[in-house]
Amino acid sequence: MADITDLGVAAIRDGFRAGDFSAREVADAFNAAVTAGRALNAFIIETPDHAIAAAAAADRARGAGELLPLSGVPLGIKDLFCTAGYQTTAASNILGGFIPPYESTVTAKLFAAGAGMLGKLNMDQFAMGSSNETSAFGNVISPWRRDDGGNAPLAPGGSSGGSSAAIAARMAPAATGTDTGGSIRQPAAFTGIAGIKPTYGRCSRFGIVAFASSLDQAGAMARNVRDSAILLEAMSGFDPRDSTSLDIPVPRWEDGLSSDLKGKRIGIPKEYRVDAMPAEIDTLWQKGIEWLRDAGAEIVDVSLPHTRYALPTYYIIAPAEASSNLARYDGVRYGLRDLPDGANLQDMYAATRAKGFGPEVKRRILIGTYVLSAGFYDAYYTKAQKVRALIAQDFERAFETVDVLLTPTAPSAAFALGEKSADPLEMYLNDVFTVPASLAGLPAMSVPAGLDAKGLPLGLQIIGRPLDEQGVLNAGLAIEERAGFAARPQNWWAK
Amino acid sequence: MSVDAATVRRIASLARVAVTDGDVDAMVPELNNILGWIEQLSEVDTDGVAPLAAVIPNHQRLRADVVTDGGIRDKVLANAPQAEHGFFAVPKVIE
Repeated sequence: MADITDLGVAAIRDGFRAGDFSAREVADAFNAAVTAGRALNAFIIETPDHAIAAAAAADRARGAGELLPLSGVPLGIKDLFCTAGYQTTAASNILGGFIPPYESTVTAKLFAAGAGMLGKLNMDQFAMGSSNETSAFGNVISPWRRDDGGNAPLAPGGSSGGSSAAIAARMAPAATGTDTGGSIRQPAAFTGIAGIKPTYGRCSRFGIVAFASSLDQAGAMARNVRDSAILLEAMSGFDPRDSTSLDIPVPRWEDGLSSDLKGKRIGIPKEYRVDAMPAEIDTLWQKGIEWLRDAGAEIVDVSLPHTRYALPTYYIIAPAEASSNLARYDGVRYGLRDLPDGANLQDMYAATRAKGFGPEVKRRILIGTYVLSAGFYDAYYTKAQKVRALIAQDFERAFETVDVLLTPTAPSAAFALGEKSADPLEMYLNDVFTVPASLAGLPAMSVPAGLDAKGLPLGLQIIGRPLDEQGVLNAGLAIEERAGFAARPQNWWAK
Repeated sequence: MSVDAATVRRIASLARVAVTDGDVDAMVPELNNILGWIEQLSEVDTDGVAPLAAVIPNHQRLRADVVTDGGIRDKVLANAPQAEHGFFAVPKVIE
């Protein structure tokens, strides 16, 4: 039999049910892979006890004939999800040592569905970043390397960089991610895995450390489309504790998977053909178009005229919301406190926040504070919300004639650590293709589609209508079947 | 619009983030670079456009006005940097 850590969610679930292996064997195999992969720094904490306890429960459930949807499946959990009794930090010193007394709704659903937790995954601090270089717990190193003989450590993408690295390195069959402007899709593209951000409101935000509340959505990261569908189904659903949670049934996405796209219309937005995009990404996009045509779909050129304004819009709205959300870190109720000698309460707030937040977080808090400050609110924030409305209208118009949109996920393959971290703007531009769908709250996923000239993965993005995760998954499946992406990183990291 | 050192100090103070002179010197060009780039939004004609309020139409729900939580003082205080006598403790605020 193949190594258990080569199996994905569906294969583990089905193999466990068929009696090919026990849940304990699965948990042991992945726990060992997590330990062996410490050189990648993908996990902030390891929780083998949680995975083993869930496995023991799954083995008992199998004996009793009471299997749950994710019985026997261990997962990685991004450190943005509060996990009762297990440290949750959002990769920031300001939450160092924070042990949530409660469980996020998404992790509660996953654990109730039988899944176990392998550990809490590293990420960009407060999910602010595109390379996992803003974590207070150090960079995550991508398991991928360029095939030019150089061993430059590469970025696993961000902010869900621990999630993407752990899945690509076979340290977890799947993981939770969160996506505010591309934090699931871009790391998925960089590491040759699949990742889906559902429609805003599908997954409860309760217990997820808040970054930008009108944009934050949890989603699934896994090695293929089916596994993503299974995981997302278990994560989604109405929650009265999140006022933006959608009170609608969760479709059976896995059962609905079909790569037959006859009668479907695929939109190709011309504005996503940006200057300085490597030719191989354009070539891959063309291949994606051919694959979807081969699956029976009709290809239609569409225009999303406000696309180029999405990033600057995002960099007003997201920092504005972040500056408000992160006001709660004051050194009083939880996390770090810095109390210099003779400091009063105001000094304590300022010292605590100066010490606890990393440079990128402070940068965004200051931008957000500035754009919301008296006299500037309308010029920045109101203006951005108006442009956001125009961006959303662009999508609405396009979806009058097409069912889903196909674009590249990111404008480049993974870059080396340190390559873009000196210039915040250059880093922000990495999310140029993922931010528009976030601003409009639309479901979108990245699927691995090919390799660049240096042997690094590239992804294609599918964006769907509100609530049409099924259409997104199905187009993703059609690409996956035709791309035949089987590349995997050479294991150089195992100890 | 661009920011100078005094503005950076003011917004850092509003945001309750202590900054050193070195921080301010570094942040002025950085923030101006980002704000200058954001400035391109002024090209977009937004006359008559309503600011987006919700990306996905949803309705505000009501719930029964009943106590649904509470009685967990020790849990609430468990992560406090300093808790005394069942309260969060902070430096003296009134002389």
